Amino acid sequence: MTGRAGPDAGPEAGRPAATWVDEALREHAEHAGPAAARPGAAPPEREQQVLDRIDRARRRRPRVREERITMSHGSGGKATRTLVEAVFLEAFRNPLLEPLEDAAQLHLNGSRVALTTDSYVVSPLFFPGGDIGDLAVNGTVNDLAVAGATPLYLSAGFILEEGFPVADLTRIVASMKAAAEVAGIQVVTGDTKVVQRGKADGCYINTAGIGVMEHEMSLGVANAQPGDAVIVSGPIGDHGVTIMLARGELDIEADITSDTAPLNGLIADLLSATTGVRALRDATRGGVATILNEVATAAGVGVTVNEDAIPVADVVRGASELLGIDPMYVACEGRLVAVVAGEEAGTALAALRAHPLGEQAAIIGQITDEPPGIVLLKTAFGGTRIVDLLVGDPLPRIC
Amino acid sequence: MRFVDEFRSADKAHALAAKIAELCEPGRQYKLMEVCGGHTHTIYKHGLEDYLPESITLVHGPGCPVCVIPMGRVDDAMALASEPDTIMTSFGDMMRVPGSKGSFFDAKAAGTDIRMVYSPLDSLKIARRSPDKRVVFMAIGFETTTPSTAMTVLRAAAEGLGNFSIFCNHVTIIPAIKAILDSPDLRLDGFIGPGHVSTVIGCRPYEFIARDYGKPVVVAGFEPLDILQSIYMLMLQLSEGRSEVENQYTRVVPWDGNLAALRAINQVMELRPYFEWRGLGFISQSAMRVRPEYAAFDAELLFDVPGVRVADPKACQCGEVLKGVLKPWECKVFGTACTPETPIGTCMVSPEGACAAYYNFGRMNRRRVVEVSIT
Amino acid sequence: MCLGIPGEVIEFLPDQPDLARVDVSGVKRVINVGLLADDPPQPGEWVLIHVGFALSKIDEAEAAAALQFLEGIGQAYADELTALQDSQIE
Repeated sequence: MTGRAGPDAGPEAGRPAATWVDEALREHAEHAGPAAARPGAAPPEREQQVLDRIDRARRRRPRVREERITMSHGSGGKATRTLVEAVFLEAFRNPLLEPLEDAAQLHLNGSRVALTTDSYVVSPLFFPGGDIGDLAVNGTVNDLAVAGATPLYLSAGFILEEGFPVADLTRIVASMKAAAEVAGIQVVTGDTKVVQRGKADGCYINTAGIGVMEHEMSLGVANAQPGDAVIVSGPIGDHGVTIMLARGELDIEADITSDTAPLNGLIADLLSATTGVRALRDATRGGVATILNEVATAAGVGVTVNEDAIPVADVVRGASELLGIDPMYVACEGRLVAVVAGEEAGTALAALRAHPLGEQAAIIGQITDEPPGIVLLKTAFGGTRIVDLLVGDPLPRIC
Repeated sequence: MRFVDEFRSADKAHALAAKIAELCEPGRQYKLMEVCGGHTHTIYKHGLEDYLPESITLVHGPGCPVCVIPMGRVDDAMALASEPDTIMTSFGDMMRVPGSKGSFFDAKAAGTDIRMVYSPLDSLKIARRSPDKRVVFMAIGFETTTPSTAMTVLRAAAEGLGNFSIFCNHVTIIPAIKAILDSPDLRLDGFIGPGHVSTVIGCRPYEFIARDYGKPVVVAGFEPLDILQSIYMLMLQLSEGRSEVENQYTRVVPWDGNLAALRAINQVMELRPYFEWRGLGFISQSAMRVRPEYAAFDAELLFDVPGVRVADPKACQCGEVLKGVLKPWECKVFGTACTPETPIGTCMVSPEGACAAYYNFGRMNRRRVVEVSIT
Repeated sequence: MCLGIPGEVIEFLPDQPDLARVDVSGVKRVINVGLLADDPPQPGEWVLIHVGFALSKIDEAEAAAALQFLEGIGQAYADELTALQDSQIE
């Protein structure tokens, strides 16, 4: 091979550098440069100028730079958001879609209706605490419930791989039936497709769900206001860690099960106890950290949380430390994050704790004026740091 | 969690912070370098700087083994991964590092078989299960990780595994520290020494820093109290006019290091005459390669590695950040053209990179933040 | 990369002297203890785990000594604070 220098040879002239860098620079040309740092200014001032510049860059129109879809695009973090905004929202844009909440809120003949859709690609299909069927029902129910809707009907579309055992399919469907009964919904329509061996990893499920709003409240993350409390309904990260260990690649064993559960009962109790709920989200891909960032961005507020106050099971902590991941980004499948008016926080907490799924509910922080769009964490150690969206996901194919 | 939680206690932090502040001479500025990327990560993750007086600045050093890999070596690794019937295995840290034509992650999306592993031993498992494929492990890391790679090669040899090899990019810490010390643009008062590297090499290798350069060194653990205590110990040395090597991480670091680990390294690997470090240029005797006796496990011999040098992009100031000359936010492209989503340089993409740590954890105005009250 | 986690050794694997099962906060994992061959850890002892290998034993006496030092500083600090407050009250 020509030009073979190798790492052991001495210093030589290098080849031209990467062209994608020049492209990236050109795009940001109006942001870099003299506005960045006045040499005479004191360091804290200069740093603030840089932070402001970065803030402006972050608010720019999203663009997908990659030529191909990568696993990051499915992680629920920054890459997913960019893809959704730059490709899907761009194409379909309309006022009903723009809030990009878990469910769309529609008006049909005088009724307020919530509509949601989800796809389930979890691997492995069966894991401690449940299976893909449980996730499919509970996940869809939860997306409706956090919109403030009473979930009523689901559709279930199956994409099955040639060679998939019918016994496994029966098991999954049985789980869905049981989950539907607990959640009080019916599966009213469906679809079945089969693809060749090697695709669909056994079974993929797509759902759509419909529910009605039986009250006047309008929930949405954009409603968050300074002074509001942030509450989580229980320990975080159980589902993600369960899946990670269930994959069996890591030689790790632990006594842990997925937290998959339908939250509509819990939410109904909460909404009848207080009218002070501004927003509800279920913490799935991307974890609690992603939701906090969505609140901060949508409402243009600061979110400050106390690391000490966030409930995490010992086993989840241990596994996370071992793998070098942060439980705040790990998926749950049966936990909600609520933003509640400050003066109603106590009432809300009590209502959650009175329900079996909310026994370990905790107030983890509050909404602030500043710094807008940023999530701050007061660490257990007493220092502060930011909690940003991750680009990708430490744990792929979680739900 | 035992041996972890006790060293994250906030009350003791206040006490240490007070003691540190007492030791600061009025009007004097102190610059302490933490060499190890793991320390950079801890400092930002726990918000440790909130406890330090304004007169102490922490400077982030080149101890991030992902950050120092030049683009050309990433390109080499991608070339290896693209060979037919080849599976490349790598730690997660490397997956998003940009080469001149994209990263492992991008290559994976395009169909290259690249798999993330948590231990080099996982690569052996893959090799055993896929006898018709060649499995290459992207071996990176300072001396903390080198023994594990060496042991894995020894295991492969003992099993007679014929389809496993490593692409060796292990580097050594002392030459990097020396390059920093000899660098004219830098004024440092002391070093927070790398705790886990020292479990392998011990504390003696740092003695030249204290003896020949007159700078104190404290080998530090990775919990926030460990680092804070180490800063206190450094400040004590400075106030008493001492320059010695001290070990704060005595519960884990033996003064003489781990002889079995050093033996394993020496058995399987030898020092390269030169190696290119991103931002620091060519440093002699600073990296490892596989010994001829283990040639059967050396990907650089088994495959055709392009070995082309790629210049760092001109806009990239990773070199200066790695040397501690620039703070992350002082890099012209920080946060705009170069972000975790679109990294130009390794400091932004490695979980231990100073830029990634600052962007993900520290990107805030400290004074405004301190005013925000918490229930 | 420098990620090292303390774990307690539970047992050695029967046919494989290099492998031991460790417990980290209820999470169990099999790791290679070959790097500690000169002084192998016993069940009940703690080790530092890095990428699937035990790098070092955790010396519990040293850990206790480190904590004691920190407690000492903490106590002295608390005492000073109390003294400060007392003097303010007057």
